[in-house]
Amino acid sequence: MIPAAFEYIRAHSADEALAHLQKHGADARVLAGGQSLVPAMRFRLARPAVLVDINPVRDLDYIKADGALTIGAVARDGAVERAPWIREAKYALLHDVSRVVADPVVRQMATVVGSLCHNDPAGDWTAAAIAARAEVLVRGAAGERAIAIDDFLVDSFTTAVADGELAVAVRFPAPDERTAGAYQKVERKVGDFATAAAAVQVSLGADGSIRQVGIALSAAGPCAVRVAEAETLLTGQKPSADAIRAAADAASRQSEPQADLRGSVEYKKHLAGVLVARGLRQALARLGVQA
Amino acid sequence: MKVSITVNGVVYERDVEPRTLLAYFLRDECRLTGTHVGCDTSSCGCCVVVMDGTTAVKACTMFAAQADGHEFLTVEGLAQGGTLHPIQQAFWDQHGLQCGYCTPGMMLTSFVLLKNNPDPSEADIREGLAGNLCRCTGYQNIVKAVHQAAEAMRQPAAAS
Repeated sequence: MIPAAFEYIRAHSADEALAHLQKHGADARVLAGGQSLVPAMRFRLARPAVLVDINPVRDLDYIKADGALTIGAVARDGAVERAPWIREAKYALLHDVSRVVADPVVRQMATVVGSLCHNDPAGDWTAAAIAARAEVLVRGAAGERAIAIDDFLVDSFTTAVADGELAVAVRFPAPDERTAGAYQKVERKVGDFATAAAAVQVSLGADGSIRQVGIALSAAGPCAVRVAEAETLLTGQKPSADAIRAAADAASRQSEPQADLRGSVEYKKHLAGVLVARGLRQALARLGVQA
Repeated sequence: MKVSITVNGVVYERDVEPRTLLAYFLRDECRLTGTHVGCDTSSCGCCVVVMDGTTAVKACTMFAAQADGHEFLTVEGLAQGGTLHPIQQAFWDQHGLQCGYCTPGMMLTSFVLLKNNPDPSEADIREGLAGNLCRCTGYQNIVKAVHQAAEAMRQPAAAS
């Protein structure tokens, strides 16, 4: 239960962190909140030779909610959870997520960007980022690039961040006033990974039809995944029980969970559909629409 | 590597391996064994301490190297001049412990909870303590204790 030995490097700026990451390449891992990495190191599932600690990088400890919402790599889940703007309906998806990630103590250290970079198959922020069509800002020797979340999440515990690069922030597009979301998660107990979870974000057009919708599942495959079929089915439609049922069925079909202590494949596939339907109804209710 | 960590107002300067976890630094280097190690895997909350007065952290999931330059409050630092902290007094009065193993973590998580929310509802308390496990399952009295502590800690503000 003691991690393997490693070299610890403290970075005080993003540039300093980048220099170390470029020097050590694949041997180095970034330490932010550490709420997934440190336990993984303790189980020796992760054995990085070098840890680059970015916690002292004050420039990356920020949440900007002007138009687009940008969350820096050192901003804690707890800061999102307690932000005054998070209670606005248009941020409902992120508010829901911020209250169910891990447990309340872990959230005081855990970071949103770190969770995206960890890309756990049962991650919460990953599913939310897909539904809200976020992009991750990644800095490297050649400068900064914005990677769409669908391209960022490559496979279990694998992202598009290359060796020598640093994810510096996640950016959520500005939701308009006719946008609301919801996060539905079933977990055996607080702090456990999701048995199944669904993230939903709905934007309505002036005529009340669904202008844009984001639907993602977590704990339903190698990593969080967009349910594109359900999005296509709903886009342009008036919200209705039938449309929601069709979207839920699509989610259930696409879900590829693994059987474990939390449930069988059949149960989890069923649950994925149920949670998408609940999420859609809740998001619509937040926009004053019953469906 | 050399670290300088302030615990309950005392500066501890030590040479540690980078892989030394804060919980073991507190117990083995500072000899402050009130910080308990329960699950050792970030699940149970027995090892919770307060960082820089504002953040509850699971000390089994943070390296001592990260703690360098920071200030910590452990259960040993709650009482002042022989007087129990209102949170400790409340756990005493309400019998908010049975075996007592989870108690330091419960009290320090409560410390930050009450800082962020001085007048919590029962639901707020139960939610706030959801990362702390009591294997005696004595939650009822723990919740009562946090309620009493909240009331006691609001008193000075009300009087001034």
